[in-house]
Amino acid sequence: MALLDLDPRAVATARRLAERAAAPVIDLARRHTTVSLERATLRLAGITGADHTHRAGDVPWVNRVVDTVRAHCGLDHGAALPVFHALAEHGLGTLTDLAEATAAGQVQYRVPTGADAARAEGSARAAIARGLRAVDRNRADRDRLVADLGDPPRRPWLYLIVATGDIDEDVVQAANAARAGADVIAVIRSTGQSLLDYVPEGATHHGFAGTYATEENFRIMRAAMDEVSREVGRYIRVTNYASGLCMSEIAVLAGLRRLDMMLNDSMYGILFRDINPVRTFVDQRFSRQIHARAGIIINTGEDNYLTTDDAVDAAHTVTVSQLLNERFAHEAGLGDHLLGLGHAFEIDPALPDSFRLELAHALLARELFPDAPLKWMPPTKHMTGDVFNGYLLNGFFNLAGALTGQSILLVGMMTEAVATPFLSDRDLALRNVRHVLDAAGGLAEDFRPAPGGLIVKRAHQVLGEAVDLLARIADDGLLNAIAEGTFGLMKRPADQGRGADGVIAKAEGYRNPATDLLDTGGDQ
Amino acid sequence: MSALVRPYGDTRGDGMAQLSFTLPVPHGPRAEGAALLLARKMGMDPAMVVHSHPIGPEFTFFVVYGSVTHTVDLDEVTVVERDYPLLTPGEVNTAVRQRLRRELVVVGACIGTDAHTVGIDAICNIKGFAGEKGLEYYRELRVVNLGAQVPVPDLVKRARAERADAVLVSQVVTQRDAHLRNTREMSAAFREAMGERRPLLVAGGPRFDPRMAADLGVDRVFSRGTTPGEVASYLAHAIAGPTGPTGPARAESASTDPTRADPVANPEATRP
Repeated sequence: MALLDLDPRAVATARRLAERAAAPVIDLARRHTTVSLERATLRLAGITGADHTHRAGDVPWVNRVVDTVRAHCGLDHGAALPVFHALAEHGLGTLTDLAEATAAGQVQYRVPTGADAARAEGSARAAIARGLRAVDRNRADRDRLVADLGDPPRRPWLYLIVATGDIDEDVVQAANAARAGADVIAVIRSTGQSLLDYVPEGATHHGFAGTYATEENFRIMRAAMDEVSREVGRYIRVTNYASGLCMSEIAVLAGLRRLDMMLNDSMYGILFRDINPVRTFVDQRFSRQIHARAGIIINTGEDNYLTTDDAVDAAHTVTVSQLLNERFAHEAGLGDHLLGLGHAFEIDPALPDSFRLELAHALLARELFPDAPLKWMPPTKHMTGDVFNGYLLNGFFNLAGALTGQSILLVGMMTEAVATPFLSDRDLALRNVRHVLDAAGGLAEDFRPAPGGLIVKRAHQVLGEAVDLLARIADDGLLNAIAEGTFGLMKRPADQGRGADGVIAKAEGYRNPATDLLDTGGDQ
Repeated sequence: MSALVRPYGDTRGDGMAQLSFTLPVPHGPRAEGAALLLARKMGMDPAMVVHSHPIGPEFTFFVVYGSVTHTVDLDEVTVVERDYPLLTPGEVNTAVRQRLRRELVVVGACIGTDAHTVGIDAICNIKGFAGEKGLEYYRELRVVNLGAQVPVPDLVKRARAERADAVLVSQVVTQRDAHLRNTREMSAAFREAMGERRPLLVAGGPRFDPRMAADLGVDRVFSRGTTPGEVASYLAHAIAGPTGPTGPARAESASTDPTRADPVANPEATRP
């Protein structure tokens, strides 16, 4: 129900401007490919495993193959055809055989033409379609499990984090968290994985402040949570990160291993990891197409702007980013029900009326995106180590979430900024949420911000500022806006940043059966 | 006046303190007894378990109040002072602006074969570490992060080209003391190429001993758990401090160790 009396014309204008701002970037994304997108394509076609004999350590086969294709004939025609042509030409049985032969220097890649090209494309398409059918099966499995076991009994879903660095310990912590009431388990990635230009292999036990995202780790956690889901009688969702230089590949691995939510922001890597903007937008589009296909809910990272910038002054940049994320997601085929747009409770609690301002911002997001499973993020910037005050602040955060109908609530820890959470911290945090939801979960029914009151006026003001900023971005170009430091105070020029050398302009004859099948929804 | 103190509850000298912890014991009288015994061993006598509740079938959480039998003599308190003040980002920016009157240039890299940019990124990237923003966040710092596996000659060349005030080198891999060897090679290369005009050299990594700075030929060594704010404060102190740039002699100051406990908070805890 609309409580803010937002002007429908202003909302329509905001969406129109977001569409205009996004259009040139979407066009740019369509005209380029990346090394990660090509590797993701081959992962769909079935390449797995790593070269354990390389002097640089375990190098995934998919990296060896794509790097070699690039060296021999470039990637501007895509990797799929040269790879499947070489497979036929050398009479090799599997892509792993081809990868091994590649590593041994026995394969010369070239872009096939004529009948060779048609044959290669046919076999590439068949292999990739098999991969996509696996993704489709996982989606159907999830639907069936949710139907059998059930969704969490109430909103918001409770989202809890594990981050031990060791996948086996993560499983223990995740199972305990689920038994204690968590509905969504997020495994935090090892610091710095976003800047690796390959996806590590196998089960891992030594992450830095988190656990590496690998296909095997995904499999282990999903299998463990399937077991716990049956035990607790509701489907426990598993979350990881499709972000960084391997965004496309990790999205594919998530689809193949039935992860349920993925952190996947359109600009986070650019702003906070200094990843090349073009690379990010190309990988983002592909990864979102995969997420759409896999029925994975994306989580966007608007909360981050509020940790670098002031949560009141920069509130409208959150709205702008949400609208852009929505536009990019829609274009990639994600429906509203898969848009976990992010926002956060980060206003300085010392500011008078801080809670009313939080309510205004949270309600604005709720009313702008009524059908999106919004992700509500707890305070971090003003968590000082005073755990008692932190517990109180998290109570207010939980109340704001309940009152404004947030969909996914990241459970805040009173020991934020002190230590990685103790067992008791998680338990106390869940008690805090449960108390608020039990005591005031239905309060939204009675909550009517006064017309013309502070909350309503503030929401209108933020929307107005967002429309103004979107107009500037639409006129100047989104890439220029990013270069000028519009978001999160970071200036990121389009031709700079990490991974820029992994961006390739597509040639006229670029072929990629994966993107064809994703564009059309085909599975053959 | 006596320098002896005890915790203050509501009466001077009552020694009252509160404590919470979890024991891996199922909830019940036995767990409470264990909690009381622990509190007594920690110096709380009498102690009261004012609250306990189970966390799952195997654990119990306690809140304990009690009078602490210990006293502390304030005259015995010694404080390890770091030899530079910990500044906020705003204060660092102000110091650089006022004293240097230009941006302070920082070049960061992982040298040798080390591909682990975890450390250098935690310090440099705006994302930061332990709830503190990285050096990129500081308006008056210009940060050039060269990333992984940077050969020493390239680092020297780039530091010269960028007119670096400071070079930060991160080393995570320590097999066969590679981190020590690489760092010595790096400092020697800077001495040879630039002599006294070399930039401030800072090495960091989880296995470094902060007391080794002089031995490694660098100005400062940061160990496990160092946050961007500490590094920024140090840079502001060493380069834009009240005494200004102090030249090669500054290496001597590196013996004082800004030690701190293990890394706090998980910086990725709530952020993608």
